[in-house]
Amino acid sequence: MRRLTFPRGGIVPPDRKHQTGRALLWNAAIPRTSIVPLLQHSGEPAIACVSRMDRVREGMLVGRAASSRSANVHAPIPGVVREIRPVVLPGGISCDAVVIDMDGEFDLLGKRAEVRDWQSCDRRTLSRLIAEHGVVDMDGSRLPMPLSYGRMDHRRCDTLILNGCESEPYLSGDHRTMVEQVSSVLTGLEIVSRVTRPSRIVIAVESNKPDAISALRTAVRSSGLESHVVRLRVRYPQGDERQLVKAVTGREIPSGGVAADVGCMTLGVTTARAVYEAVVLGIPLIERVVTVAGRAIAEEANVKVRIGTPVGDLIEECGGFRKTPMKVVMGGPMTGHTVTDLRTPITKGTRAVLALTAGEIRGARTLPCIQCGRCVTSCPMGLDPTRLYKLIEHGDLRRAASEGLQDCTECGACGYICPSRIPLVRQLRQAKIRHGDGGSGE
Amino acid sequence: MWIVTLCLLPGAGWGVYLYGTRAALVLAAAILSAVVFEAAAARLASRVTLRDGSAVLCGLLIGMSLSPAVPLFIPVVASAFAMFVVKWSFGGLGGNWMNPALAGRVFVAFSWPGAMTTWPAPRTLDLVDGLAGATPLSLVKATAPERAQAPIAVLRDAGYPVSAFDTEVTSWLNVNVLGRAGVNLPTGYVDLFVGNVAGSIGEASALLLLAGTIFLFARRIITWHVPAAFFVTFAVCTRVFGGLTAGLGLFEGDVLFSVLTGGFVLASFYMATDPVTSPLTGGGMLIYGSVAGIIAFVLRAYGQFPESVALAIILVNAVVPLIDRLCRPRRFGHREVRHGS
Repeated sequence: MRRLTFPRGGIVPPDRKHQTGRALLWNAAIPRTSIVPLLQHSGEPAIACVSRMDRVREGMLVGRAASSRSANVHAPIPGVVREIRPVVLPGGISCDAVVIDMDGEFDLLGKRAEVRDWQSCDRRTLSRLIAEHGVVDMDGSRLPMPLSYGRMDHRRCDTLILNGCESEPYLSGDHRTMVEQVSSVLTGLEIVSRVTRPSRIVIAVESNKPDAISALRTAVRSSGLESHVVRLRVRYPQGDERQLVKAVTGREIPSGGVAADVGCMTLGVTTARAVYEAVVLGIPLIERVVTVAGRAIAEEANVKVRIGTPVGDLIEECGGFRKTPMKVVMGGPMTGHTVTDLRTPITKGTRAVLALTAGEIRGARTLPCIQCGRCVTSCPMGLDPTRLYKLIEHGDLRRAASEGLQDCTECGACGYICPSRIPLVRQLRQAKIRHGDGGSGE
Repeated sequence: MWIVTLCLLPGAGWGVYLYGTRAALVLAAAILSAVVFEAAAARLASRVTLRDGSAVLCGLLIGMSLSPAVPLFIPVVASAFAMFVVKWSFGGLGGNWMNPALAGRVFVAFSWPGAMTTWPAPRTLDLVDGLAGATPLSLVKATAPERAQAPIAVLRDAGYPVSAFDTEVTSWLNVNVLGRAGVNLPTGYVDLFVGNVAGSIGEASALLLLAGTIFLFARRIITWHVPAAFFVTFAVCTRVFGGLTAGLGLFEGDVLFSVLTGGFVLASFYMATDPVTSPLTGGGMLIYGSVAGIIAFVLRAYGQFPESVALAIILVNAVVPLIDRLCRPRRFGHREVRHGS
């Protein structure tokens, strides 16, 4: 049995998935009010195509993609547009959001969807369907889907990788999706492979999800999809595109490049499922699986949630807080962002909502760097985080950039491993933004 | 830092048992002065740093590397040098390029060589008058090799005593373990191993120091790279060339004697591994340990001073930035770019 992994750096933190990884997915209640940001992807915001007091139907287009670097946004619930107001999303992104108060009938919920015969569609049609339904990469880059494979156009895509690693602690939404909805995931994968025409398909899953691996193997055999399932060693950040491509193919995405540069494309599990719903069932991207976890959550679970549901509603539905959380994080514990406003909406890219107690956050005081070198050993990108940190502290962004600041993928391994609790990732992240703004003409 | 301190305590406690209250006084003087100087220096830099435990650890290491018979001003001077000159003139914890404890010890060793080389006998050993004041290593180094002789035999000829415990354990080992492999261990090594000899407060008992390292390894506070490289190069050099100075041939050095004396265990596990002054990456640590091992051997075999291990580490500390530059990891995604794809 092959058990591949990427060669350098990486950490193996406690995974904390036992609870949610075993429980069945369930559907969250439909929110009374849905706050639908027009920028849930990376790129340009969509342009609102509804206005105040307009009546919208479930799944109706409310934001139109502004360009190819943008994505459609749909109404997750039927109702009336109360207002269009600016919101701030985790990570400091600000954009307009369409606020919908629920009212009226559901067109999609509880109805049997019409199944499209996608096998007879050509590439172009499939690609258009994916774009129209607002599918973006929901597992990492948040790029509009057509962009992530559009980059393949001039190059041969020889390997399409289904990313079932989910190596970040707490997260288990992909895991449950692979176990419970394996055939839709595989169909989504097949659709994308029809568009990108790879010469081989690899399904990569970390070895801590044996039930997902066996479900996938069985489904692959019966569906006749030409692909093989590989088990990867459990190691963070294996779900990152660069590490995954390296682990599976041995190829290294060049600095500043994308997977397409080495003939690869990665597809997340949740995204594959969204592709399936969009193309086969004609349902736009209006809900996603979110892992709700952390010791402060009463009932940890993986929940299917409508986009735009306020974080507070979702937590309420999982039994509320059992303890006072030290902080609430949207996204994984390593890469996510702290939110202070529980009315912040779930977006297409929200993989998790974590309410962490003081015991889960090792929030000790920052001590001086003792040059132990653990951050260097843990960095999958071969950087020297402590040196970058010091360069940034001394204001030498130019030097930091020449030593690879922009190569940092913000995986958080260095900050996790640091015995002095230095906020390495926060510093590097902010410096990347500053340098990207001011020094790009360098 | 606190954990390292904790791991050193058994060794320090054993030292206090062997050499009595005098040893406790030396340790207390070293630790207290280190803490006071750290606090003073940190105050100058308007910082409060005592909680990181580095001052206590540094003081403890200084105390443990001194003879229990030193006048009490010596640990104080060593701590002052360590804290003010070595550590805080470079910005405090993390900024120094030289191990403060080692530097402090070496500074006082060069300043007061007489006081620093007077070693009282432990309470478990009866030393005849002529031998008082010498450690096994200094005795062997001081004895001119009249004929080719292994160090342990030199000790026996000079009349260095062997405890009953050593005799018993050695004979048990020879009968039950080593004898089956056709090896016969001379008496004397067990005393060296458990610290039943004259020596500095803490470096005498290899056994307790090694026991402490189990915890250090388990908690991943230190990695195997530095001690392993240090030990291997030092041992190989000693085995190959170590016999020459005693009039023996090549490959006749006494590795066991060498690593059990001169503070080798304390230095290689607790001082050379200091994260601040050792390289960042595993590869770098291997180079660092290896170079330190070779220098330590050369100084041990041909140098004037018994603290060869300490000097070797300080010397290599100076080139750590170079080693780090040499061993910088390859950045992800950069090889392809350079060669074009």
